[in-house]
Amino acid sequence: MRKAIAVLFLGFIGYYLLSTFLLVPFGVVRVLEGVGLKYLQDGLQQTGAANLVTSIVVNYRGFDTLGEVTVLFLAATGMGALLYSKRPTERARQNASVIVKTGARILFPLIIILGAYVFIHGHLTPGGGFQGGAIIASGFLLMFMSYRTYHVNHVILSRVESSAGSVFVIIGLLGLAYGSSFLANILPLGTANTLFSAGVIPLIYVAVGFKVGAELTALLDTMLQTVK
Amino acid sequence: MIYYVAAISLILIGIYAVLVKKNMIKIVLGLTLIDSGVNILLVSLGYVKDKTAPIFSNPTLTAGDMVDPVPQALVLTAIVIGVAVTALALSIVIRIYDHHKTLNINKIRELKW
Repeated sequence: MRKAIAVLFLGFIGYYLLSTFLLVPFGVVRVLEGVGLKYLQDGLQQTGAANLVTSIVVNYRGFDTLGEVTVLFLAATGMGALLYSKRPTERARQNASVIVKTGARILFPLIIILGAYVFIHGHLTPGGGFQGGAIIASGFLLMFMSYRTYHVNHVILSRVESSAGSVFVIIGLLGLAYGSSFLANILPLGTANTLFSAGVIPLIYVAVGFKVGAELTALLDTMLQTVK
Repeated sequence: MIYYVAAISLILIGIYAVLVKKNMIKIVLGLTLIDSGVNILLVSLGYVKDKTAPIFSNPTLTAGDMVDPVPQALVLTAIVIGVAVTALALSIVIRIYDHHKTLNINKIRELKW
């Protein structure tokens, strides 16, 4: 009965969603009508970042990204508040085999370097602070899974997190003091497609990378501590 | 076109899981499926046939060769928010499991009204 009602409801929603979206032609040039064209044409000159998605996320909609980082921070704080317990349960999982342990030990620094590469080159190649931070956290996840006794220091993690968040806000306030608006670019743009270009965008993405990496690592460790 | 169908099917599968499933972890999985479906739908709306990613990696590329960068930037935001929401939902599930020792929403009396 319940399933039948659900399927009926889904058919209703699916019919209307499909009939709406089938009216939108797929793969045709729609960029000319919106704000996307302006970003495509002026983005490289205005922000100096070769990766236009980065220039939108960090420069044109930088304030939005600050809000996004805040949401991530709130979620991590909420998880900490929900899962906090006075005596953390010791992980009773089995130790991983020697092969996994050795492989993890070799791979861990490489994964961290890959994550750092992704967030430092966020304005040149696909990737950026969030992706690089997620890669770094996945490296820590590998270590948590292979070594039962591997622990991270939450004090250091929260210091890294809060100082990276402060760097983001301070860069924004410097833009307000020396430039035109909050998060305005105050550094020279440089030549596009080189590492030292695009003004404050790489600095903000490095801060975001550290923040997201520290946050996701703390989140994984908190979650794994509750699993018996 | 197939992308629209796939994205909408993902959304529908997610809604089905949220409506019908009794296990709380499966409900959270349904929420993430809805999330991915919406993301695929947005990215495929911005796609333009035979055009490349909006990155000026090559000096011969011009603005006319690229897809719309705005949906991609929005989806980047949406993915991060989705991860945060999923993590928070899962930690609430962990706490409910600790309290009631069950994941079945039918066996949790406080949820009845």
